[in-house]
Amino acid sequence: MPGSRNAIDVCNAVKRYGSFTALQSITLSIRDNEFFTLLGPSGCGKTTLLRMIAGFEEVTEGEIFLFGDEIENLPPHQRPVNTVFQNYALFPHMTIEQNVMFGLEMRGSSKDAARRKAGEMLELVQLAQFSARKPSQLSGGQQQRVALARALAPEPKVLLLDEPLSALDLKLRQAMRSELKSIQRETGITFTFVTHDQEEALTMSDRIAVMSAGRLQQLGEARDIYERPVNRFVADFIGETNLLDARVEAADASVATCRLANGLTLDCDAIGNARPGADVHLSIRPERMTLAAANGDPWQGTVRENIFVGTDVQTVVQLQGGIELTVRTQNSAAGVATIFDPGTDVAVDVEAGAARMLED
Amino acid sequence: MAGAAAVGGSVRSETYASARNWLLLPSWAVLGIFVLAPVAMMLVYSFLTKEFRGGVIWEFTLAAYDQFFFDRGLFGDEPAKIEWTYILIFWRSIWQAGLATVLALLIGFPTAYFIATRPAHTRTVWVFLITIPYWVNLLIRTVSMKFLLRDQGPLNDFLLWTGLIDDPIRIINTNAAVQIGLFYSYLPFMVLPIYASVERYNFALSEAAADLYADKWTTLRRIVIPSVRPGIVAGCILVFVPSLGAFLAPDLLGGAKNFMIGSLIEEQFKGNAGNWPFGAAASMILLTLVLIILVFLARQQARAEREATP
Ligand SMILES: Nc1ncnc2c1ncn2[C@@H]1O[C@H](COP(=O)(O)OP(=O)(O)OP(=O)(O)O)[C@@H](O)[C@H]1O
Ligand SMILES: [Mg+2]
Repeated sequence: MPGSRNAIDVCNAVKRYGSFTALQSITLSIRDNEFFTLLGPSGCGKTTLLRMIAGFEEVTEGEIFLFGDEIENLPPHQRPVNTVFQNYALFPHMTIEQNVMFGLEMRGSSKDAARRKAGEMLELVQLAQFSARKPSQLSGGQQQRVALARALAPEPKVLLLDEPLSALDLKLRQAMRSELKSIQRETGITFTFVTHDQEEALTMSDRIAVMSAGRLQQLGEARDIYERPVNRFVADFIGETNLLDARVEAADASVATCRLANGLTLDCDAIGNARPGADVHLSIRPERMTLAAANGDPWQGTVRENIFVGTDVQTVVQLQGGIELTVRTQNSAAGVATIFDPGTDVAVDVEAGAARMLED
Repeated sequence: MAGAAAVGGSVRSETYASARNWLLLPSWAVLGIFVLAPVAMMLVYSFLTKEFRGGVIWEFTLAAYDQFFFDRGLFGDEPAKIEWTYILIFWRSIWQAGLATVLALLIGFPTAYFIATRPAHTRTVWVFLITIPYWVNLLIRTVSMKFLLRDQGPLNDFLLWTGLIDDPIRIINTNAAVQIGLFYSYLPFMVLPIYASVERYNFALSEAAADLYADKWTTLRRIVIPSVRPGIVAGCILVFVPSLGAFLAPDLLGGAKNFMIGSLIEEQFKGNAGNWPFGAAASMILLTLVLIILVFLARQQARAEREATP
């Protein structure tokens, strides 16, 4: 893809280990200066893809371009990309400063220039006072930031991060999220971030590629993926959702009317394969529905249980025909008024446009 | 708070102290019987008077040490001069053992690295293969080496056959033969500790180095070798120390001119020509030398660690 201004273009990349196919024909582009996230469950091939970009895994088939240059046959030390490893892989026999200087020296910087740049980088990650320590004398979070400084110091064209936050506790992880995000904005370096944590992906990324079983499921902006998931996997993996089976009753170019198994009907945006009579799946986010006292509306059911989850309450409502819906109500003065005890009959109000038809 | 912690610590260590002493008893016994007692015996013998046909007379004298360092003429009545014979033998031994150690390191490191980077289930096979020759007695292996290296031996035949040489090269009875013999005798002592270190080495560090633009050699030099240094030092000590005192390889492969300390000491306890106190004194001098070298290496190691840690 010569001439493209994307930071990275992966074209039909396939990775096989013997007879096992870890990645099946992945094609995606990572734009310059963006915070890009590879998101997917354990074993879906995120690390494999990242390691192929870094050069640690051979590409079985396909090509990888870095700013238009084909790189899949270059050895790792000739690729101007750096990696923050999941377990940091800091050099234990070197000080923090020497760790950060290493890449700079390898690129031919003088000792003085490398030391100055390392100082700046350690300043950036707020570890300047630890520069003389050994990695073993730092906490996990501090080591993580050293790894970040070390990878950023040579000013790579793309920074690859493999679940860099997974070893940290929740509070630190949240703090590091915003720190990473602001460092990315400050440096303007393209970040390619791997995680299996959908919340992490949603809060940090400009764009997200959702992967599963070695395939790219959906690529788009965080909001887009959350609100317009293309299939059941994405709808279910990103956030929580209610998945319902339905049959298309009527459809025009923009709106399709679907009938659930229990006879209730629902309108949603039509997508490509929505023909009358087709069996489809619908996704409705729990926060896009509200409860009210039963009022004779056909969308009604019985409260089964209320689950308190801090910021909100999840209410499981059973509709006629055995269909269960989870409805989320904010734990606020207004919200609490619409929480009903188990056994109460309630009306379920589905927001217009809340139902999303899925491709499969 | 510090006080409370200290009290807690001392209570605990007292509780375990007596048990620990008892548990250490077998180790102390083994150490005492097999290390300290023989060394003490040697030390005592080195200060005794020699008996004409081997053995000792229980009379204190410094004669053995005097004979080692000073030349007082045939009848012992001339002014003392430095006796170079034995010092030269010692010097040659250190040199030979050093070269054998370097050779073992040059061959042993890549071998150990190779084994440690094989798939887990084949590593034990490789280690086993390395140790197979060492199931055979050292004497037999050294004699075989003599056969391999001699002028009409397989090595020369092979070199002649390849056309690399036109006449057999003289290997046997040279320093090179001794080095080859020593190297071969102790190679596994180099390979095994390095293998153990490399196996524990975190290869993600090599990936990190490659990611930071280091080529293979730089990665080896700046990351791998410093990380496995304890194994390398251990291997070098384990090859150098026995090489220094070896006598089979110098005797069988080096011929009379390439006498080493081990042979010198061995002679003193053999047959009628022996001089037990002199042999014991030479052993004590060798032991002192080895200890000095070990302490030096240990301090180097410690300083390297200290310099790296503020
Ligand atoms: N060297 C290998 N040989 C064989 N299979 C491998 C190898 N490395 C990875 N795999 C397989 O490839 C698939 C993808 O692995 P990968 O490490 O990329 O997953 P991941 O998405 O990073 O998962 P996680 O979130 O657990 O890190 C997995 O099924 C894994 O078992
Ligand atoms: Mg992974």
